[in-house]
This record gives sequence, C-alpha cells and structure tokens, in this order.
Amino acid sequence: MAHERDALITGIGLVSCLGSGVGAHWDALNPAGAFTPVLDTESWPPFAVHPVAPMDLDKQIPKRGDQRQMEAWQRIGVFAAGLALESAGVKGNTEMLSRADLIVCAGGGERDVAVDATILSGYPKAANPGLFLNERLQSDLRPTLFLAQLSNLLAGNISIVHGVIGSSRTFMGEEASGADAVRIACARIAAGQSEISLVGGSYNAQRPEVILHYEMGGLQRRAPFTGIWARQADGGGMLLGSLGAFLVIESRAHAEARGATPFARVAAIRSDRCRREPGQATANARAQLHSMAAEIDPQGLGVISGASGAAAVTAEEQAFLAALGYPVRATATAMGHSLEPAMPANLGLAAAAVRHGRLFGPLEAAEQAMTAPLTQALVTSWGHWRGEALALVTAA
Amino acid sequence: MTQDTDHLGRPVVVVTGMGAITSLGQGQADNWKALTSGASGIRRITRFPTDGMRVAIAGTVDFVPVADMSGPALAQRLAELVIEEAVTEAAIGRGGDFPGPLFVALPPIELEWTQRFALGAASGANESVSYDDLLRAAGKGGFESCYRRFLFGSVAEALADRFGTKGSPIATSTACASGGTAIQLGVEAIRRGETDAALVVGTDASVNAESVIRFSLLSALSTRNESPAAASRPFSKDREGFVMAEGAGALVLESLASARARGATVLGVIEGLGEAADGFHRTRSSPDGKPIIACMRHALADAGLGPEAVDYINAHGTGTPENDKMEWIGVSAVFGERAGSVPMSSNKSMIGHSLTAAGAIEVIFTVLTIRNGLLPPTINYETPDPALPVDCVPNVARAATVRHAISNSFGFGGQNVCLVIGAAA
Repeated sequence: MAHERDALITGIGLVSCLGSGVGAHWDALNPAGAFTPVLDTESWPPFAVHPVAPMDLDKQIPKRGDQRQMEAWQRIGVFAAGLALESAGVKGNTEMLSRADLIVCAGGGERDVAVDATILSGYPKAANPGLFLNERLQSDLRPTLFLAQLSNLLAGNISIVHGVIGSSRTFMGEEASGADAVRIACARIAAGQSEISLVGGSYNAQRPEVILHYEMGGLQRRAPFTGIWARQADGGGMLLGSLGAFLVIESRAHAEARGATPFARVAAIRSDRCRREPGQATANARAQLHSMAAEIDPQGLGVISGASGAAAVTAEEQAFLAALGYPVRATATAMGHSLEPAMPANLGLAAAAVRHGRLFGPLEAAEQAMTAPLTQALVTSWGHWRGEALALVTAA
Repeated sequence: MTQDTDHLGRPVVVVTGMGAITSLGQGQADNWKALTSGASGIRRITRFPTDGMRVAIAGTVDFVPVADMSGPALAQRLAELVIEEAVTEAAIGRGGDFPGPLFVALPPIELEWTQRFALGAASGANESVSYDDLLRAAGKGGFESCYRRFLFGSVAEALADRFGTKGSPIATSTACASGGTAIQLGVEAIRRGETDAALVVGTDASVNAESVIRFSLLSALSTRNESPAAASRPFSKDREGFVMAEGAGALVLESLASARARGATVLGVIEGLGEAADGFHRTRSSPDGKPIIACMRHALADAGLGPEAVDYINAHGTGTPENDKMEWIGVSAVFGERAGSVPMSSNKSMIGHSLTAAGAIEVIFTVLTIRNGLLPPTINYETPDPALPVDCVPNVARAATVRHAISNSFGFGGQNVCLVIGAAA
C-alpha cells in the first residue's frame, strides 16, 4: 500500500561500457541477437576490463576547470550524478538541491603511475633511499592530485558542480558501501530524516593500481573471458568494469508534491556481514529474503545479481539463486564488476526493468528467458570478500 | 533530562562509554590530565626518514606496537584499544557481542610504499620498474594478505568481527569531519529506533612520508620543525598551518531509555546534529561562511536550543590561517555579540589534527569538559590576531560550568558537521 514515506527511485544516472544514460543501457541489454560484452583486452594483457563509454562531459561538468581538477573516477561519478539529477528533473534546481542529501560510496582515486615508476626504479639504487623517496614525492607529485585521490572528494566535486549540499557523507568498503549507502538513504527517508537523496558512486577500472590490487588477491580472471556463471566451470574470477551510477531517491510525499514520475520503489533493502564460512552468506541472504517475504510477488519476480565472479562466493550465490528458481541476470557479465557502485547500478537497472514491465534478455547461456511480465526485482550484492545485501524493487 | 524523548519526540541519545588515544597518551585519564595541563603531543617524526621533507613534525602515536606496520594496521589497532576502553566503561553487551551497529570514521586506504617496494623487489626487475613488473610479481602469489589489508572494508570488517557488532559495519570518510559524521550516523540510527545502542569510532594513523608531503604540497601544514610543541597555534596571528596527528576515539551511544533500563552511567547527551556541505571550492570555504553558519544553526535547531544556551565551543581550530578565520566568521554570525565571550578552545593546539579521528576525539574531550567543569586551553596563544577576537581559553585551563557545548568539524572537500553536546544530569 502506498505510504508517503515510501522511498521512490525518481532518477537514474548510469554510465558504463554499455553507454551513457539509462536508456542506452536498456537498449544495450536488449540487443536483437545474443548479448556481446564490450571488453578491452589490449591495454593490460593478460587482463581485460570493461571500459567506460565515451562521455559528453561538457553536458554534465560545464566548466573545463572543474574537469581538469578531477581524475577519471571523479569525472565518471560527477557525470553519472548529473545524469541522475537530469533524469529526476531536478538538475539545476538550486533551492531543492541545497537541501538534498548526498551519500557517496567510494574507493580512492588514481595514482600518478609515471611518478610511481620513477620512484620504484630509483629507490633500490639510491645512496639514501629515504631521502630519494621524499625528494621525488615532494617535487614530482602534483599538489592537486591529492584532491583527485581522496575518497570524499567525489562527493566534494558533486557539491561543487551540481550544488547538492544539504548534507554529504561518503562510505567506503567495496560492494557493501554501495548497498549501505542506499540502505541508509532509504531508512532516513522512511523515518523522515531526509526527503530527497542523491546516492551512488563510481569506479575507474582502467588503471593498473586496481588491477594490481585484485591480482594480489588472486581474483582476476584470465582468458577465456566468459560470462559470470560460465566462468565458474574453470576457476571463476573477476573482470573489472568502469562505471558510474547514481540514483535520486525520494519520499513519495516529496516526489508527488513536485509531480515527479518515479521509476520504482525500493520496497526493502537489507545488508549484513559474516566470516564467509560455507553457508553463512546463504544464511544471511535467506534471513533477508524472509524479512521481505510479505512484499514478494513470485509470479512477476526477476533477479538482478551483483555476483562478482570471485569463485567460492559466486558459486554459493548461484546455488542460493538456483534454489529460488527465478530468472536471474548477472550484470557483471555485461558491465564488469565495479565494486562500490555495483549495487546502485543494479538497483537502477532493476528500477528500469520494473518500469518497462519486463526483464532484459539473458546475458549468457546459463540464464533463462523470462516471458512473463516483470513486476518486481530482487537485487543481490554479495561482496567478493565480505558483505551480503538484498533489495526488493517494486512498482512505484 | 527526565524524559526519554527529546523536543521532537525522538529517543534521547546519550554517551555511556568513551575511549581515547592521542599523541598525548592512551586512555581518557591520561589524555585529560595532559590536555588540561597544556601539554603538547607534537614531536619530530622518527617513524621514517624525514630527510628532505619540508615538514618533519607530527602528533604520531608511537607507543602502540603493531605487526606488519601500515596505516590501516595501526588505525585498526588504535580503534581496538579505544573500543575496549569505551565498551568497558559502558559495561554493555558481553565480550565480543556488542548489541548494535558499528560506524567507523576512517581515512582512505591505499597501498603504501613499503608494499610497492616489496612488489618491485619480488618482480626481479633491474633497470626500471613499472606497474607491469608489479603485476607480474603479484601474479606469482604471496601478496594475498596485502590485498586484504588494503581493502577499504578491511578495518571495519575486522572491528565488527572482533567486537561482534550487529549488521553491516559502515566506514565513513568525510575528511576532517569524519568523526562527526560517524557520530551522526549512530545517533540517527538510534533516533530511527533501529537499535538501542551504537558503537562509533574515529581512527587515523596516516602519518607516512607520502601523506605528510601531500598535505604539505597543499600548503596546509605548519613548518615549525625546530619547535614542534609550538607548531600548532590556533587563533594566533602567526599561525601558519595545522600539524598532522594520529589517534582514535570511541563512543558507546545509547538511547536514554536503554541506558536507564540497565542502570548505566550517562556521561553526556548528544542533543543535536547539524550538517551542511560547501559547494564553493575543493579546499576553501565559501567566503561568506554560509555552510559553516548553516551547520551550527542546524545543530542548534536540532537540539531545540538557541545560541544563548551554549556555554562552550570545542573549535575545529586547525591553526590554518583560512580555517580559523572562517570559523570565527561563522561563530560571529551565529552568536552575535556573545561571540567573543563564549569560550572557544582548540584541542588541536595540543594533540594536533587527527584528521578523520578528530571529530570523535573532540566530542569525547567535550564530554569530559562538561563533566569536569574545566575548559582545556588553546596553547601557543602568544600573539592574538586582532581579526579574531576569540576567548580561546589562552594557554591555561579554566574552570567553568558548561551545560551545553558545540563541537565543530569542517572537512576538506566541503563536508561540515556540528554537534551539540549536553550535560548528563
């Protein structure tokens, strides 16, 4: 039943290898023939990444000075935030945005790879290694690069470029931070602590530091670059994807007062953690599903999975979802795994699917077609290492 | 404070346990003693070579040993120690079973030079070392623990696991306002009725060569390397920057109803929260001070108080020329004629700027200020700045009755938080 404190998704901003904007994503996910992912296999062999599609930055970040002050992950994020505000019809609404709340999920920004290489090469040979490191850092680091690296400066740039200044919080912590950003935004709206929130984040996969990080963890997929589920047959692994995803989430009262057309409603969102002993993540997911059982319509339900591809946890999620029996789409097959903003992106796709009244087509052979109309979507976010979240998106 | 709900009908949120570590020492008692005697925790950096660095001083915490030293490893250890102190004082839950969620203010995490050099060495590359070489070395294995340590979620996960907090732990970063943000998140969760208690911690152990140099390149730091104890000079005319510092603060927050029901001692009340972001510039505040003013006014309105009720301001007071000027502009606008007579001191004059931990640590010191009826001073106040006619409690602690205080935290990147803290009784 409609309630004035319902949390509605009224704006979606998405950019990934599939394109720019929720419409472009919908089109790319519904090709005439079989789905084929966009992959860059040339830049960091033997690894592959899903590269971000070209962005018309001037449309969302009009000042060139602002663009220059940011690194790629921030430009992707500020761009996606602008798309979300535009989609909600609030972009440039200074009065409304001055009281809008911002919750960003973020990792960190790019390093200066050339400076790092100079230091790595010279340090072992330096007569005084400590002095060498300090001198190189002091003279070679661009002062403003720091501001492009700090986690909270994506939010800072959104406040500067788009004027969202009611409040500003940045959550860190890979996949869980994206789920918790949306969970807290919805909880604040339900409790009357917030009326309108901009929530999301961005990820730049096209840089060696992040590929290095997941290679240290032994988590990167090597060829063949198959889909998330097919990959499980030969060791699994993650393919990272550059992505920006923001949602405008609003109380029903606020959305109705300004005549907004919502995409969908976040009927429930839960998150939890465990040590990932076998079965623990499944137990969390079952408890989460049970807590939202009253809202679920099994006839019209599809699942958008945030499975990362990381072997053990993806296999466990696959078994959990198989037991439920609903049609599933693992979007990392199409967009790559994007850590922090993965959950906001999948909620955006879920909301778009609910508004279209149908699930997009299978992304690989293991996924079944859904012919029945879609009325609801479950969205999963099992972090590649920690954190399990589940959301239910229903018609507004 | 006889009612369990506040002026807006929300649960009253109280503090029932606290823990602190700063460059002045470990534990509330040692810190309070040093803080009220005007001691400085700022010293020459000895953790790593500072040859060639413009800034060679900081408020490091060097007395806490950690295995495999790194920023996140020390930050986690500091958090563990302050949480233990806070949970013990609150006498809440059982060991490893805290009855509520965890909110951690944490600096951004990234691989440090120690690990990069180790990868470089493992790559066997001789002439030049690039990321391709590091990738090759990583692919050979042996760096899994490094991957895990430098995940953004690693510290909060480890703390949640150790202390048995409930649900998904939240790690937040709003630069120098992070500690305040974490407290806000905890208070809001209790006000929503989601939980009766929340564990909030701010922790920062960022003093490494690259971090110091990055802040130094932004001209944000004091360069008084020859007189470390005198380097942090908030509100003085000759202030020239802040001093980086480390530390951690933990608070057990609880609904008053819950604290009362289990007979816990109430240490203080979090009466109001205020927030306002600044869209002006990446490192500078709006010249009109609007966001700072709005932030303090929001906090007072949230507490249901007017500025006349505030007896003490725990200043953000970093000691940068810009911050102290803007904070004074904000305080002048909010407090009007009273501005110069409301005592407003800066803990950072003694402990330095503990960045993401500062908000949490300073709220703890504000609670102690109220409980002890003693205002910690602003040390190194030798040359008053005529443009900032503040009563900064110069150099010597002062007895005072404080019923309501505010604690300001303003972040790089435009995130501002103000908290109103009230006396327990």
